[in-house]
Amino acid sequence: MLDDFILRAGLAGLGVALAAAPLGCFVIWRRMAYFGDATSHAALLGVALALATDLPITAGVLLVAMVMALVISTLSGRNVSADALLGVMAHSALALGLVAVSLLPGQRVDLSSYLFGEILAVTRFDLGVIWGGAIAVAVLLAWRWSALLTATLNPDLAQASGGNPRREQLILTVALAIMVAVAIKVVGALLIAAMLIIPAATARPFARTPEAMAIWAVVLGAIAAVGGLMASLNFDTPTGPSIVSIAAALFALSSAFSAVRPALRRRG
Amino acid sequence: MSLIQTQGLTLSHDGQTVLRDVNFAIEAGEIVTIVGPNGSGKSSLLRALIGALKPTAGKIIRQPGLRIGYVPQKLQIDGTLPLTVQRFVNLPRRQKPQAIKDALATAGVPELIERQMVDLSGGQFQRVLLARALLERPDLLILDEATQGLDQPGSAAFYRQIEAVRQDMGCAVLMVSHDLHVVMAASDRVLCLNGHVCCEGTPETVADAPEYRALFGSGTQGALALYRHDHDHHHHGTDCDGHHQETENA
Repeated sequence: MLDDFILRAGLAGLGVALAAAPLGCFVIWRRMAYFGDATSHAALLGVALALATDLPITAGVLLVAMVMALVISTLSGRNVSADALLGVMAHSALALGLVAVSLLPGQRVDLSSYLFGEILAVTRFDLGVIWGGAIAVAVLLAWRWSALLTATLNPDLAQASGGNPRREQLILTVALAIMVAVAIKVVGALLIAAMLIIPAATARPFARTPEAMAIWAVVLGAIAAVGGLMASLNFDTPTGPSIVSIAAALFALSSAFSAVRPALRRRG
Repeated sequence: MSLIQTQGLTLSHDGQTVLRDVNFAIEAGEIVTIVGPNGSGKSSLLRALIGALKPTAGKIIRQPGLRIGYVPQKLQIDGTLPLTVQRFVNLPRRQKPQAIKDALATAGVPELIERQMVDLSGGQFQRVLLARALLERPDLLILDEATQGLDQPGSAAFYRQIEAVRQDMGCAVLMVSHDLHVVMAASDRVLCLNGHVCCEGTPETVADAPEYRALFGSGTQGALALYRHDHDHHHHGTDCDGHHQETENA
């Protein structure tokens, strides 16, 4: 059954949506959007490392994303003025990654498959890696959910209740690195952050609680993944960008809905 | 044993000492207020007591199993985070529905349970924070500038609530405040900080202390007296010669 490449692609997209949506909620609640960018752009350096050392791509990306996330996390903390620093890191990591890949001797690397993903070429093994990583991220977040939420609201509040906000930050950092490693094949380094942020932001107007927002984000992310895949087959467009385009269209609809909702309420 | 105690506690921030050599203890059921000018180390002391700030020197001894209810100075909830009052008071631990009702009632806001946190007024927000802290069944309730942003009747009402809570639950209360006179009137003991402990004692002792007057002037004296109903005309000899005139006027 998994012989069908379209089915494998669909399942890969769903796996990414499952993990990216709840993690993306934390990324926007904590205003870590640039943090996500910097970490995912560093994935390209990971690709270069993996190609140079014959490591599996996923392992190289995971390693570099983890190092990058830890470095930024240490440098910036929750300091808002770290904005510029994060911008510098995000784009430098991307540029360095592109240069590093092109310097590799002897191979002609198809850059666009790492930048935009190659979801139609997902193998059974890839599918195992993607779902393994996605389930790991989902379980990690579910396990720490309340503690993460408390630390996100206010680190001192978490501390006073016996929590450890630094540990929660570390857990999010690790989850983000895993996410980047498994999503690079599906949407590529450039668009991973989009799959984190867009479904979560789209879910916001429909939710009254954090949990509802995460569930809505999963559903919307899944619709974008499947819809984008079908659109790309229909119109022969690149799949990763098509998925993100559908997600963006859903975001526009959701924003329009939340803009007119007060008026509807008054009339209703 | 005291609920919590500091010995020679010194705290630094970015390499600068903000508080040095603090010996402080709070006993069960006490209401203690910390006063001091901006940057005097008040919030740092509270953050050290809840464990958010590591001592540079000295130590903090907590009674084993001490439960702290903390009401932060400010809680900025990002607009992207949907959060009902009900969900908020269940953080970080799930609470029984009846306990939540009771805590919101004790905090004076039983009707808000379904509301979104971002829609609350300043006073409602502070009371919900208080309700959440009460749900931890604290031995010690810590409030950091809890009435910031409330008008004077609002903060007076809030402090009356705190006193009622102390009577109901028997917890000790430690708070930092700018509302010098209101908050001091409700306290058993006052600790005046300015990078170190300037003076401490009953509200009367502290209000009369020259160190306190040097920091806040004697203008607060009259306001404090409103709550004491006995205007004092103590003469402190060498202690406050310079302020003698104002004291008489208070």
